[in-house]
Amino acid sequence: MTVLADRPTAPARVRPPHRRPARRRRAFLRRALDHFLMGAVTLVFASPILYMFVGSLKPDDQVLDGLGGFVPSNLSLDNYADVFATFDDPSTGYFLDFLGTSVIVTGVVVLAGLAVNSMAAYALARLRWRGRDAVLILVLALVVLPFEAIAVPLFYLLNDFRNTLAVQSVPLIANAFSVFLFYSFFLKIPKEIEEAGRMDGAGPLRIFVRIIVPMSKPVFATVAILSFLTQWGMFLWPVLMVSDPAVRPLPLAISVYQGQPPFQWGDIMAFGVMMVLPMLVVFLVFQRWFVQSVASTGLKG
Amino acid sequence: MALPAVTGLVLFAALPFTMAIGLSLFNVRLDSFRPPDFMALEQYRRILVSPEFSGDFYRALGNNVLFAAVIVPVQTVAALALALLLNRPLRGMPVFRTFFFMPVVFPMALIATVWRLFFDPGPDGILNAVLGAASFGLFSPHDWLGEAGTAMPSIMLLSLWQGVGFQMVILLAGLQGIPDQLYEAAEVDGAGRWQRFRAVTLPGLRNTLVFVALVTTILSFRLFDQVYILTRGGPDGATSTVMHLAVTTAFAESNVSRAASMTVVLFVVVLGLTLLQRRLVTQEREIS
Repeated sequence: MTVLADRPTAPARVRPPHRRPARRRRAFLRRALDHFLMGAVTLVFASPILYMFVGSLKPDDQVLDGLGGFVPSNLSLDNYADVFATFDDPSTGYFLDFLGTSVIVTGVVVLAGLAVNSMAAYALARLRWRGRDAVLILVLALVVLPFEAIAVPLFYLLNDFRNTLAVQSVPLIANAFSVFLFYSFFLKIPKEIEEAGRMDGAGPLRIFVRIIVPMSKPVFATVAILSFLTQWGMFLWPVLMVSDPAVRPLPLAISVYQGQPPFQWGDIMAFGVMMVLPMLVVFLVFQRWFVQSVASTGLKG
Repeated sequence: MALPAVTGLVLFAALPFTMAIGLSLFNVRLDSFRPPDFMALEQYRRILVSPEFSGDFYRALGNNVLFAAVIVPVQTVAALALALLLNRPLRGMPVFRTFFFMPVVFPMALIATVWRLFFDPGPDGILNAVLGAASFGLFSPHDWLGEAGTAMPSIMLLSLWQGVGFQMVILLAGLQGIPDQLYEAAEVDGAGRWQRFRAVTLPGLRNTLVFVALVTTILSFRLFDQVYILTRGGPDGATSTVMHLAVTTAFAESNVSRAASMTVVLFVVVLGLTLLQRRLVTQEREIS
């Protein structure tokens, strides 16, 4: 109180009381407008996904129904059962085979990729060996090489291995961009950290596994997520290499299924939901890491 | 320790790339047992000059350029707008961000399948239904993917929807990297919202914007999945792209060499764009 009284300027700073409610109302309106705007944009992003979920629960002939397609009616899980009934012999493939192919291929590429690419990056960033500079130049040059540029010769080269799980995974394990991400992270680790290990007589592999890997979790998470995203959605390579339904990954399987009339849209939407559900759960649980991983690709530029 | 990855990179990236150049100089066909003839630059002459093949190739390349010319500015501005929207104190921001970003994690094959219903030519197609309702029935149903004039814009719309979240997140990270003091200083100097945006936000985001725009350009030259699923390059080549043409040439026509020459040209374009980005970004670093 006395402090206020001591300052003659203070009363002038207080706004006239009658203007307050207007300000507050304006702030409230502004916030309401903001939320409305955000809600509208959210609707734009969510509506195709919502449509797919609603459609997967509706009879086939009621999925494609204009705006009515968004309205849940006659809901049942029949379409999900239909997907398993449709894919029920070797000529059509089995849904669980598609899922299995995607899980195996993605799992192998992500896990083996983490091991192989991080080790190579470690050797490039921290060890001295003959030919290191040449390999580093090779890796950096390959970072700018899009997969599309090598797809055709790779298709020609590996033609004998068509319709295998190996051809869908092995060529994609080593990845120059992953090596590059690991490399730039490992470069920044201070030298002293390895010295303790070296004093104890540990070899490079041991130091890598015991010391470097545990302190590099962020970059491992980033690479894991980025390669998971790429691999789970991989389309061009399976289009070229896979014709046998037994080893079709999900993206190729849905593209074949949605292209064959008569269109049973309810079943196709159920197929889509089952295809994306595992991914959606992973995404919602690790949402923060997904966003950070993608954001970090931009910071490297 | 580097051996497994280096072996993989040499076998499945460096070697095939050298092979792409090699293949493009021969006449290799999948369905033929004849030893391939050396043709020097004949494949390139065919796709770039000959009236028989160059029309298709330039059509495809032109579509890639058109796609980039529209999608890069539109998507970058949209992503910036979304990033600015998200970069304010408002309750529920993490939820909004999750939704805006979600399409990025969906496989394109699935997205294209769902969007087929949005572009359905009948009155029950979502886009037709929305426009019909908005115009009180005056709008008559349109075959979005089936007509040359609207097929590419439809592909663009779907690609924008899927890709904008990716750029948005990168720009949001860039926005959060701009020091608050700069905004405070600008405010003290009496700068309004628009002035602060022009004097602080845009310069602070310059590198990120260049990066985002060029990555989008590069990705747009690789356009394939949605075209393959929704239009197969049609109608009449209106949505054909270099990658789609290369795959059909290699696959449907068994002409590996002509397809290889197309991907080599594609690589040269992408490499040029990558180098351009490096230059633009380093230039900025030198100035500052």
